[in-house]
Amino acid sequence: MGADELVINMGPQHPSTHGVLRVKLKLDGERVIGSECIIGYLHRGVEKIAENRTYQQFAPYVDRMDYVAAVSSGLGYCEAVEKLLVVEAPPRARVIRTILTELQRIASHLLWLGTHALDIGALTPLFYCFREREEILKIFEKYCGARLTTHAFRIGGLQYEAYDTLEKDVERFCKDFESRIVEYETLLTQNRIWIGRTKGVGILTAEDAIAFGVTGPVLRASGVKWDIRKAAPYAAYDQYKFEIPVGTTGDTYDRYLVRMEEMRQSRLICLQAIENIPSGPMMAKVGKVLKPPPGEVYHAIEAPKGEIGYYIVSDGTVMPYRVHIRPPSFINLQAFDRMVRGHLVADVVAIIGTIDIVLGEVDR
Amino acid sequence: MADEPKEPKPPQVPTGDKPASSTPAVSTPPGKPADASAPAAPPKAAAPAPPKPPVVLQTPLDNEFVPRFRAKFGAALLEAMEDRKQAILTVDRARLMEIALHLREEEKFDMLADLTAVDWPKREKRFDVVLNLYSFSKNERLRLKVWAADAEEVPSVVSVWPTANWQEREVFDMFGIAFSGHPNLKRILLPDEWQGYPLRKDYDILQQDTAWVRENLGIESGQ
Repeated sequence: MGADELVINMGPQHPSTHGVLRVKLKLDGERVIGSECIIGYLHRGVEKIAENRTYQQFAPYVDRMDYVAAVSSGLGYCEAVEKLLVVEAPPRARVIRTILTELQRIASHLLWLGTHALDIGALTPLFYCFREREEILKIFEKYCGARLTTHAFRIGGLQYEAYDTLEKDVERFCKDFESRIVEYETLLTQNRIWIGRTKGVGILTAEDAIAFGVTGPVLRASGVKWDIRKAAPYAAYDQYKFEIPVGTTGDTYDRYLVRMEEMRQSRLICLQAIENIPSGPMMAKVGKVLKPPPGEVYHAIEAPKGEIGYYIVSDGTVMPYRVHIRPPSFINLQAFDRMVRGHLVADVVAIIGTIDIVLGEVDR
Repeated sequence: MADEPKEPKPPQVPTGDKPASSTPAVSTPPGKPADASAPAAPPKAAAPAPPKPPVVLQTPLDNEFVPRFRAKFGAALLEAMEDRKQAILTVDRARLMEIALHLREEEKFDMLADLTAVDWPKREKRFDVVLNLYSFSKNERLRLKVWAADAEEVPSVVSVWPTANWQEREVFDMFGIAFSGHPNLKRILLPDEWQGYPLRKDYDILQQDTAWVRENLGIESGQ
């Protein structure tokens, strides 16, 4: 370490690290020349717990990983176990699952936008974002009684039948939401301070993004047009039309634009889906006791933060032999060091925000 | 590890210096338990009452890729199978690096989506190290497996896919599998001084490093 170098600790109790992330920064003056993420403060041993619960008992635990997008985590787990059981959820369940996960994507992106802007110094978007997020959480609450850790789906279908006015609620939300996004954009997109703080900050090239296994909006902002909803459609995504937004330079501003466009696309998916929700059963025929035939499966879905994958090994008993979760936050955070080098300390906050991590999922 | 036989069948003295499960590793071929059955073996005794009893879920992998791969690596390909339509290759641990490079460069598996391990304590080589690969250009996934006995090192693939860095650290943290050539192999989620590897099957769910908990948290037990 040179005479001018300084090592400082950021976190784990720093408000802009979005939880208990500790970053050791190596500085030369104001410039970051190296970093190390120290994680694990929120480790709960989710994978060990899984080996000691039945398949159904473990389902609520996955909600507590990415607790701001519990519906998506739950969908991935339920579908993975369904694959292991070789059953498919009925069409009605698949469409309702799609609607709820897309609402969840909007909610997750709204939380990201509000807090990310707040970190950088724009206070107003937070209030706007939470106003709309509240509407989504109300829909979740009406559907399953919970707002955050929803446990909305069941292995084989849905936990609950859709309530009477679900379509109407979703439609009203989507109608309003169109102008709401414009409101956020008037606050930020052309804002000189916003542009100054995000353009050219934390650039991640496409090659680096792939090498680091980065997925989700961060990968797309680097110019890779890849989305699991298109590459390997699950739930009912093959029935709907939507675009995959991509960025060009892979900087923080691009990631902002990509996520804004993703919210618009999610809104369009919701509108298409509520037009025609098939009737029929909401559960496939699965027994009360689940004993998947021996074998293993890896199933990944496009969560708001990237690819969430479940690798489940069954030995034919009621409890999984092994559950491994591929958390997008954990993998994406690894690219942080690459993105932060050469930037100022003030940019570190912007870069942590732009990766969109949830520490519950990083540490599991 | 260079002298590893082509197929890890001959029962060898457990090299583990870590206390493995007390069962002596005898003649159970690595292929025996659950998923890793040899291509020829029929599906195991059907589970009591699965929804569709006679479905064959594990079949030998049979596509144009396998002969090409076998021609190049021959005996290093220990097993090629398909489970629920997902391709799984089991390869020789000693040649993992070479195979990883080949898969990235020639077969365009440019992303390592996931790296993890599974513990089968009754098996002679108790660990499966599992790599889930993805190819953007082919839109295909491939699962690569290597077997490792207790205290055997697995070559690190960080130089091929940098994303393996934290993932291998996590496997080291949870299973105690060392990766040779890893740039920074230390615990990632648990404290550095923690004793034991929680995701091993012989680590009970209530077990923990009580000495660490007492010393650092000032309580008798975390339970």
